Amino acid sequence: MTVIEVKGYGRQKGHNEFYRGAEYKIGFVPKVQIDVVVADDQVEIVVEKIVSSAKTGRIGDGKVFILPVEETVRIRTGEKGVEAL
Amino acid sequence: MENFAHISYAVDTFYFLICGAFVMWMAAGFAMLEAGLVRSKNTTVILTKNVVLFAIACIMYLLIGYYIMYSSNAGGILPNFGFLIGSENTVGDIPSGGESAPYYSARSDFFFQVVFVATAMSIVSGAVAERMKLWAFVIFSVLLTGFIYPVEGFWTWGGGWLSAMGFSDYAGSGIVHLAGASAALSGAIFLGPRKGKYGPKGQVNAIPGANLPLATLGTFILWMGWFGFNGGSELKMSDIVSANNVAQVFVNTNAAAAGGVVATLIVATILFKKADLTMVLNGALAGLVAITAGPSAPSALGATLIGAAGGIIVVFSIIFIDKTLKIDDPVGAISVHGVVGIWGLIAVPITNPDASLKIQLVGALSIFGWVFTASSVVWLILKLVVGIRVGEEEEYEGLDFIECGMEAYPEFTKTSK
Repeated sequence: MTVIEVKGYGRQKGHNEFYRGAEYKIGFVPKVQIDVVVADDQVEIVVEKIVSSAKTGRIGDGKVFILPVEETVRIRTGEKGVEAL
Repeated sequence: MENFAHISYAVDTFYFLICGAFVMWMAAGFAMLEAGLVRSKNTTVILTKNVVLFAIACIMYLLIGYYIMYSSNAGGILPNFGFLIGSENTVGDIPSGGESAPYYSARSDFFFQVVFVATAMSIVSGAVAERMKLWAFVIFSVLLTGFIYPVEGFWTWGGGWLSAMGFSDYAGSGIVHLAGASAALSGAIFLGPRKGKYGPKGQVNAIPGANLPLATLGTFILWMGWFGFNGGSELKMSDIVSANNVAQVFVNTNAAAAGGVVATLIVATILFKKADLTMVLNGALAGLVAITAGPSAPSALGATLIGAAGGIIVVFSIIFIDKTLKIDDPVGAISVHGVVGIWGLIAVPITNPDASLKIQLVGALSIFGWVFTASSVVWLILKLVVGIRVGEEEEYEGLDFIECGMEAYPEFTKTSK
């Protein structure tokens, strides 16, 4: 699992801030992006776990994107495929 | 009797030296304050400017500035020119001089004065931050510390025409702070605003500083250093009257800063619905500048109110200069030191019957007029000959790489420029 600090832009909208009398809009919201690669037979249960632990019911909960991964290589050993996960 | 003269000489010399060291510490305050209010990509340059200007002030004032300021003709306008700082008092000078015998070391006087020059120069640094060429700034500081400041210093503390008229500026609201702000204002005008600061439809864009903890640290360092700045300006400690005055000055200096903080906090919260920390920090400094022209005469309560007035003024001044005049001052130096410096001078006659409002205004106008004009000549020449502003590309990338070749925060990830 890799965790990345990102800025999100969506329905949650940003907010206004003030700095020395000048008002400015922060359109982007700080978010966390989690990249996790799993074996095909684990996708459904992993998605279920992510959704149930991240859900608050409010706008800003975010999204899960499911993408296919062509190949995986462990750099240290050269292992490929599911063994490299 | 002679022993007493020796001891009091030593005490007063020691007092000058310690207060001078406190004022030197303000250089760290300015450096931290400015570093905290600019963006990361410009931090190394502003730190470099602060260190270098201090060194230049010390050298230029030693070479020619001190002579101009203190060896010119009493009541005069045109200064004398000469070099270095003269000789030290000898042991024999003290008993043989009688009433007008020197009561402190000549070198300690130089030391105490030189740190004030550096303070005046450092005011310019914040207002021209994030877009001025480092070397243009360095050249300007040679001229301000070696000539421009010493001339108006001569007119006032050096016994020139303003002091002969009765101009009263105890520790330098005008002589140091207004002077620095006048040079800063001139620089900011010739420089122009940072790219992206003002929009085409007249909107003001915020450019937040990179490190508010540093800015706060800097403010507290300045606050503490100010005890030497104002305290030392009593110029004596070794008798009961002087000691009491110094104590009053310390109390008043502190009270004025406190008044400035509270006033600014309230005004900023009313205007913006938020407690803007950077405004509150400016408020503390505004309170300090406000009391600097007359910190011994008011009561502690009076000093608090004078500082509070400075705090109120500074918020409106910052907004006016930014929104209405569209002069970009990243740290608010022109407001804190210039506008409130004038208030500091005006406040003196309130509690000091020996000062007159008219003379204070003459002094304010003269100091501003001289420093602004002389600085403008220098900025104009620099602008025409070498240019004072970095290129657009460089301003976008940040000054640190082109001027200093290094980042201030090399391991911190940057999320945006």
